[in-house]
Amino acid sequence: MPEPWTVTLTVNGERRQALVEPRRTLADFLREDCALTGTHLGCEHGVCGACTVLLDGDAVRSCLLFAVQADGTEVTTVEGLTLRDGGLNPVQEAFREAHGLQCGFCTPGFVVSVTAYLRDHPSPTEDEIREALSGNLCRCTGYQGIINAARMAGGLP
Amino acid sequence: MKPAPFAYHAPETVSDVVSLLRDLGEDTKVLAGGQSLVPMMALRLARFDHLIDLNRVGELASIEGQDGTLRVGALVRQAQIERDRTVAAEVPLLARATPLIGHFQIRNRGTVGGSLAHADPAAEYPAVALALDAKLELVSAAGTRVVPASEFFVSTFMTAVEADEVLTAIDFPVWAGRCGFAVEEVARRLGDFALTGAACAVELDDGNRIARAAIGMFGMGSTPLRAPEAEAALTGNPVTDADVAEVGRTAAAESEPPGDVHASPAYRRAVGAVVVARALRAAIEEARRA
Repeated sequence: MPEPWTVTLTVNGERRQALVEPRRTLADFLREDCALTGTHLGCEHGVCGACTVLLDGDAVRSCLLFAVQADGTEVTTVEGLTLRDGGLNPVQEAFREAHGLQCGFCTPGFVVSVTAYLRDHPSPTEDEIREALSGNLCRCTGYQGIINAARMAGGLP
Repeated sequence: MKPAPFAYHAPETVSDVVSLLRDLGEDTKVLAGGQSLVPMMALRLARFDHLIDLNRVGELASIEGQDGTLRVGALVRQAQIERDRTVAAEVPLLARATPLIGHFQIRNRGTVGGSLAHADPAAEYPAVALALDAKLELVSAAGTRVVPASEFFVSTFMTAVEADEVLTAIDFPVWAGRCGFAVEEVARRLGDFALTGAACAVELDDGNRIARAAIGMFGMGSTPLRAPEAEAALTGNPVTDADVAEVGRTAAAESEPPGDVHASPAYRRAVGAVVVARALRAAIEEARRA
């Protein structure tokens, strides 16, 4: 078995360390070693977007990164997006208001993606929102509610 | 945890990368953005004894202009290309192809060198590199060689990169003068690999004749393809005489499109003729306004 690596990173502001096999994905590291199960794993090969997290601020698929690659980085998961008092952030609030979820499995990935997108594009158009959402799949196909939630969070009428 | 076990290496310089490539043997793979390689590993379509991660090799992540070329480091992220004003001004074809790649989360990790070295024939960047006659720099412990894009793409997922070499930089020629550029593609869904697409560049002379035309096609064969007959039909002729629909059909006739569940070869050829025509029309219009 290949040599394990000690990985140290900051997750949602807390320092985390673990000894991992190189093939352990960041998604598995978050779920198994950090017990942060808000990051969901759907396809595990980069298609569905359920595992999206922020890596040094950028939205990325955590199933396509090995935990060893994230050594020294700052990761934010969906758990880290809530307000300090535990309340919902504006994107999460919009998903609740607009019924932007059905079973909820894909929701963490959508919330993280939309949060990152709106941070970088504060005044999106309808088309831009649809394009931004295209990298996440919802198998309930509740896309209309998700689009409405992203529109609401993005300040569109 | 789906990939097969591998030993991980995280060098910080190109010289350490090539030493590792020399010493570790054939079952070694270089990892860049991982947006194609890691899915292949997760599906166990690929397995390696050793993975050499380029992500800490800072010298591969810069964009530099020099003497009529733009040198793009292999590790430059697609998201960086999308935001870079120099790229937009000097190599518009590269900039305009970028938003068509995957999704923004993919482009945050995916790299220019990774896309070229992966050599998916339906990908955008290989066709851009081929259309612009880019030059690719390959480094091994034995030295450096430069391979023109026309010799780089060997077959589907196969390139001129030898087992002990790493792609370090790509030199894109800057087209000056009255030029126009366009990328067009048809995909079933936004972000999917295109069924077919075309990356076209056109330069006009002072007499409104087409001085140069380059047509790069993707999804139209086992590698990205140029369309030399179609390019020759345009070159030297007045731009007003250009029959882009006919040139598009000529280009598509020069291709060998694959058939799969998404489209038959005949359909790809028909769509290919249209996307080449659309890209040429847009490129010509831009050049005429320049």
